[in-house]
Amino acid sequence: MAVASDQQPVDLRDPAGWRRAKNRLATGGMWFAFLCLLVPLGFVLVTVIAKGAGIISWQFLTSSTIPPSVLPASFDGMGAAVVGTLEITGVAAVIAIPLGILGAVYLNEYGGNRPLARLLSFLSDVMTGVPSIVMGLFIFTIYVLHFGYSGFAGSLSLACLMLPIVIRSSYEMLRLVPDDLRQGSYALGATKARVTVTVVLPTAIGGIVSGALLAVARAAGETAPLLFTILTVEATNPNLFSGADTALSTQIFVNATQPYTGAVARAWGSALTLIAIAFILMIVARLVTARFNRYSR
Amino acid sequence: MSATVQADPATPAGSASGLTTRRPLGDRAFQVIALVSGLLVLVILVLIAVIMSQQSTSWFTTEGWSGIFSTDWDPAHNKFGAMSFVYGTVIASAIAVIIAFPVSVSVALLLTEVVPRRWSQPIVYVVDLLAVVPSVVWGLWGFLVFIPWVQPIYAHVASAVNGIWILGNLFGFLNGNFVSGASFFTAGLILAVMITPIVTSLSREVIATVPTTDKEGAYALGATRWEMIRGAVWPHSQSGVVGATLLGLGRAMGETIAVALVMGSSPTISSHLFTPGYAMAGVIANQFGEATVGVFRAALIGMGVLLFLLTIIVNLTARAVVERNVRRIRGTA
Repeated sequence: MAVASDQQPVDLRDPAGWRRAKNRLATGGMWFAFLCLLVPLGFVLVTVIAKGAGIISWQFLTSSTIPPSVLPASFDGMGAAVVGTLEITGVAAVIAIPLGILGAVYLNEYGGNRPLARLLSFLSDVMTGVPSIVMGLFIFTIYVLHFGYSGFAGSLSLACLMLPIVIRSSYEMLRLVPDDLRQGSYALGATKARVTVTVVLPTAIGGIVSGALLAVARAAGETAPLLFTILTVEATNPNLFSGADTALSTQIFVNATQPYTGAVARAWGSALTLIAIAFILMIVARLVTARFNRYSR
Repeated sequence: MSATVQADPATPAGSASGLTTRRPLGDRAFQVIALVSGLLVLVILVLIAVIMSQQSTSWFTTEGWSGIFSTDWDPAHNKFGAMSFVYGTVIASAIAVIIAFPVSVSVALLLTEVVPRRWSQPIVYVVDLLAVVPSVVWGLWGFLVFIPWVQPIYAHVASAVNGIWILGNLFGFLNGNFVSGASFFTAGLILAVMITPIVTSLSREVIATVPTTDKEGAYALGATRWEMIRGAVWPHSQSGVVGATLLGLGRAMGETIAVALVMGSSPTISSHLFTPGYAMAGVIANQFGEATVGVFRAALIGMGVLLFLLTIIVNLTARAVVERNVRRIRGTA
């Protein structure tokens, strides 16, 4: 029997040309999709930095009155809004983070597989999907209609937004805490509350803090819930609990559509400040994660 | 050890065990505090539904169902029909999802299947950066930079497809020569960018659960990477990815400020995507300040209730899809 001498050995590692081409095309498509994300991100960041950097100054960040739109960019600045954003977001964090962590503690440490815990876990999932503007309207109807506009009302609406995010992220972290740790402390005679506070929470604290910071970063940039709760004024409001307040995000919204160059410049400056605040929070969150990951491993 | 405390192993840890029959007060107080914090979620959601519905009843009573779902929005003449806003919300978020779905899934596949591990982390950071840019900044940029930049492009596209069946209806000129930079399509594009991070990260989680054996099996049969993705990864993660996209859809519908700034604020129902529209969240944000009269305010709050219900329905559907996927995977694994 004569073996055909021109028969080529089949190399399984080398797929036929069209299959290889298809594979390359698909990989190229994936990189292209990533590029599609890089372009708008770069476009936005470059524009905000280019247009915002020029106006940022010590005076811009600290002046206590926001000038009327007609005045050029060199007048005063957005200090009042910076103060407002920090105050309102800070108080929101103080409200939402402890409650969120405690809620997660209930879900993971006490609730277990009980129907109530499963319902609450499900509802906190649902609540993360509630639009921010609905939270604003909610606080408007339940708080502002009775007590008037104030920075605190804004804090409440932001806290409503942050609460489910903090619950979800803390819950995920608590689930990762090994049961051995809990059982070890029970064996030493500790009560459940003590075990939770001195063993479980410290073990998970890195992830909990970084999740909470990301929630704060998201809340700091929110505008819609603030529109109906703080109104927008042009001077620092020293009292968080009464009287209309102001924040960077609402100032951007108001100034963006103004026909005056001064107002628009201030909007870009505020945008850069707001992005900087959010980025700093995000970077701190990453550092916290990195640091605590090292300990837990 | 001589004095061993006998604890019933069946009793869950922390419940009254052998040492003391009564738990200390502080311990019980802590449990109650945790329970109350957990219940807060339920309380807030119920209050949102109840109080906001109450505040919007005058809208329902004066307009009736037909009034609510009419297209006639004219606060000056007490006409509060929400239909064009519902249309705007649905169309803009549909465009967003149609664009975000392939992009997010591609990036998720890139992260899980293509790039090496140490490269994937920087890519994740970049995608997350998109989520950190606040909505109002996207709006500011869209309004002042993107709209003027994209308008001539829309005009070119419109003149290219004008008169062509379907394409002309979607991307052609309205009334002869009209295109607008502030439009359904611009809102959809910006929403797509905004929801991509969440859809990508959820899709990535789903795709990461594909068993390595499935993938290696496909490679062992001589599949290329793309064939492996189609044969092993896709069937496994299909519905999870769809669920992730639906969650993105919910986000897009509730997104307010960017849409309020870039959509053109004109309540119209039109198949032409390069014309201005108006979304529910946008009209609430823009007109709430003027809405001091009873029914006007009630109508805007009622629109908030509609938005709340819409996003909840979308979210529940998404969860159901993901749930089913998880159950199916657990069943076969």
